[in-house]
Formats: sequence, structure tokens, C-alpha cells
Amino acid sequence: MRFNQFSKSSGSGFIHGPSGDITPQAVYAQRRDWLKHMAAGAAGLSMAAWASREALAQTPSDVVVRPGKLAPLTGAVSRVSGANTMEKITTYADASSYNNFYEFGTDKSDPAKYAHTLQIKPWTVEVEGLVKKPGRFDLDALLKLSPMEERIYRLRCVEGWSMVIPWVGYSLAELIKRVEPLGSAKYVEFITQADPKTMPGVRSRVLDWPYVEGLRMDEAMHPLTLLSFGMYGEVLPNQNGAPVRLVVPWKYGFKSAKSLVKIRFVEKQPVNSWGRSAPQEYGFYSNVNPNVNHPRWSQATERRIGEDGLFAKKRKTLMFNGYEAQVGQLYTGMDLSKLY
Amino acid sequence: MKLVFRQALQHRSAKPVLWLLCLLPFAWLVWGAANDALGANPAEYLIRATGDWTLRLLCLTLAVTPLRVMFGLPELARLRRLLGLFTYFYVVLHALCYSWLDMGFEWGEVAADIAKRPFILVGFSAFVLLTQLALTSFNRAIRWLGAKRWQWLHRLVYVVAVLAVLHFFWMRAGKSNFAEVFVYASVILALLAWRAVHSSLWRHLFSSGGFTR
Repeated sequence: MRFNQFSKSSGSGFIHGPSGDITPQAVYAQRRDWLKHMAAGAAGLSMAAWASREALAQTPSDVVVRPGKLAPLTGAVSRVSGANTMEKITTYADASSYNNFYEFGTDKSDPAKYAHTLQIKPWTVEVEGLVKKPGRFDLDALLKLSPMEERIYRLRCVEGWSMVIPWVGYSLAELIKRVEPLGSAKYVEFITQADPKTMPGVRSRVLDWPYVEGLRMDEAMHPLTLLSFGMYGEVLPNQNGAPVRLVVPWKYGFKSAKSLVKIRFVEKQPVNSWGRSAPQEYGFYSNVNPNVNHPRWSQATERRIGEDGLFAKKRKTLMFNGYEAQVGQLYTGMDLSKLY
Repeated sequence: MKLVFRQALQHRSAKPVLWLLCLLPFAWLVWGAANDALGANPAEYLIRATGDWTLRLLCLTLAVTPLRVMFGLPELARLRRLLGLFTYFYVVLHALCYSWLDMGFEWGEVAADIAKRPFILVGFSAFVLLTQLALTSFNRAIRWLGAKRWQWLHRLVYVVAVLAVLHFFWMRAGKSNFAEVFVYASVILALLAWRAVHSSLWRHLFSSGGFTR
């Protein structure tokens, strides 16, 4: 299945949808990069990772079904530890119709209804602050910056539901290394699009706009922290944070800022939007933690969307959303009940 | 026009029709759950929808008396208990959905949840109070309790209304999403304010100059 995706790029190409969905040039370029990688033997390694995943595969999660709605954007199976959960993948229909994106309304069905107005062309991401090489990256440049990987992550929302989503992107660390942060840069702040003309929710006063998130430098540099451009083998749908977003799988979903326009390197811990709005409920770290309850509900369990039956018991939430082996050491010595 | 409306309210099919109308949301939820039409998270949908319908029916129940007096429609009075009991029907469903779909009928956890979270405690208190009203809603209960005591007991519905809105407010507080809360709060506030203005106590104070003395 995956192999076909690569071999197709050298042959007849993908089956294209309407003209508006034609693969962007950057993606073609990406595929050419891929051919080069394969020729160079780099593919051997990723194929090995793919094969090992295949060998373990017992569920349909091995096959990412492309919904065929948007331009294809595929990636090699990631070799990053923890980046390929074997759990059953949530359907694209659920993942693209049920999420929070307050810029389009407060209801979880609002983003899918209203995000079609989001303008993603042209799109630039400004990198600024305490770095040697600040600059503006247009989307094509970002798409070409590093080879795309497919990563199947659990996503745990602070509201108590979860999904398993195959993202496409590369480690944020790749971008960070390019811009060479200064020694004084201790945190990374992510600023997202806030255009009242195309994002109806921004006209409401639910939150202070733009939506801001932040990570400590070592969190941002962690290989699991993903700069994502696609999901389910296609570019991101608008409602899921097109054209480029963050995915931090061991933290509650709201930490994974969508539709990024600015990445700023700073010395002091940034104030994130939810932390500003309700500091007693949402901490800066917001690591998934079954032992620290939200004031109004327990975080000990979660409901996996589309999988657990209506009357099934909710499943136990895992420390760091099951990524403790990979990220636990980032928090050694910290009191996570205080620094939640 | 008004005459036709009054005749319709008096008609013996008025109650059965209201019955069916009140059961429509329930029918939709059952159909939706069976046909996977409640979105990505049907459990959450059911819990929220039953809560929403409890609030809506509570507003309707509380609106009966003001509408009856304002528009001179005495026929409305005989529909009030029906609406009140359907309010209770939906709050039972709401509590059932929460205990089942959210808590898996683990009563120890339910109890811990009620004790731990004010938002749940407030909702639970409203449910307990409404249960008492539902249990004493039949005619003979009025005789048993005595009209005066029965009336005082059933004034608890105002407390229930305030608790219900508080519960909803708290639920939405963490996500700063107050638009709907504001709508229900306004409706209930208006209905309670109307009662305050029309209460015998108020009139008594006014007519006897209670405020100036």
C-alpha cells in the first residue's frame, strides 16, 4: 500500500480529482526528493521501519485510507520512536468533522461547517525572536525543508475524548535547527492566524486573538513534536489547521496550535491563550496526565471516538498519552501536579 | 383568533398532542443513536441533548403561568403538570446518560464525582429537588400535604431553575462559551422576575406601603 504510493510517483502519477485539487508543485518536488532518497539508499531504512510495522500489523491501522478529497501529501513511515502507534485509526469523517477550532465557532461541528472560508494561499510563516537566522518562509519553502514523514499519533483532547490520526509532516526540530536559536532562547511561541474576515469565530470575544501556544525549547526540539502539513495522506483540511500546524502528541490537543503564521523564540515562558483565559483550569504544560483532574471533569479516562461503542466503558488515559517512554525524561524532577 | 386558540387548548386532543410533541426529541435521540446519526461522539451528544431538553421544558413549564395571566388563557393551566413531568422525564434521561455513558454505572465513581465537582453537585441537587416535585405531582398529594404546604414545596421549582442554569454555566465556563447559557438565563430570569412582580407578597408590600415604612 505504502510502497505503491512511492512507485506511483514515478509512473502514471496519482489519480487526480478536480483541477483545484491538482498536486502543488512543492509536493511534486517532494516526491522527486523522495526518489533521490530512495536512489541514495535512504529508503532502505524507512522501508525497514515500514516492514517492521507491517510485520506487527494486525489491525486496519496499517493501511491509511486516503479519503480522496484533497491534494495528496504522503510521507515515509517515520523512524522516530513512538511515531507509529498500532491502534485503530479514527475515520477521516470523524477526524475532519469533530474538533475544536474556536476561530470558526465554539461547537465542535463548527470548524467543518465554516472553515471553507479560510484563505491558505498565499501563506507565510514568520520566524522571529532569539534566532540567528530569522525570516519569512512561504509554504512551498516549508514543504521542501525536510522529507515528509507519516506519523500515527494518539490525540487526547482535554475534554476527555481521543482519536488516532495519521499526520504528515516532519519534526519541528528540523525547522528550529535551520534558524539557529540563540542560547537565550528558552521557549518557543506559536502564533496562529486570526483573520476576522475569513474566521467568523474571531469576531467573538471567547478568547483573546490571535490564539497563542508555547513550548519549552526541549519540548519543541523533541523529535515527536511535529510540524504537520497533512493527514490521511492528503494536505490538511482547513478545519484541521491548514496549511501548517503543530502536533504535540503527549499534550492535550489545544497545545497543538493550528494554521501557524508566526514562530517566535523567546526567553520567558509565553502565556498561552487558554492559560490566559482560565489559568486555574489550563496550565502551560498541559501534559496528558490521568492523575491531574480538570476542575470540572476527571482526566482518568477517555472516550475513543468512533471506536468504543456507545455503552462501552471509557478507556484509561495513559500518562503523557502513552508517550512516557519518549518524553518522560523531559519532566524529571518536576512536580506535575503543580506544573500541570 | 384567540377564541379558536382557546378552543384548541380545550379540545380533548390537546393533551395527547402535547404528549407527542414532548416525545419528539426523545424519538429523535433514540433514532439517532440507533442509526449512528448523532455525530462523532454520540455519548456526548446524548448527555448534552437531554440536558438541553430539560432546560427547554423547564422554561416552558415556568412560562405557563405568566402566559396564562398575560394573555388570559386559563386553559393553559391544565397543561402545566404535563410539561413539568416531561421536564422530569428529560432530566432522568440526562442523569441516566451521564451515569451510564460517562460513568459506566460505577456508583462509587458517580458519588465521588458528585462530591468532587461543584458543577456535578449543582446538577445533582437540581435533580433531587425535581424528583420530589415529580413524586408529589398527582392530585392526591395535594390533599395529603395540604394545599399550602404543597404549594410551598412546588415553589422549589424556582430553586431548580437557578441551579439548572448554574450547572449549565459551569459546564461551559471552562471553554468561555456563554452564548447559550445567556439565552436560558435571560428566559428564566424574565419568568422569575414576572413572578416576583406579580407575587402577592410584592402587592401586599406595595399596597400597604411596605417599602416606605
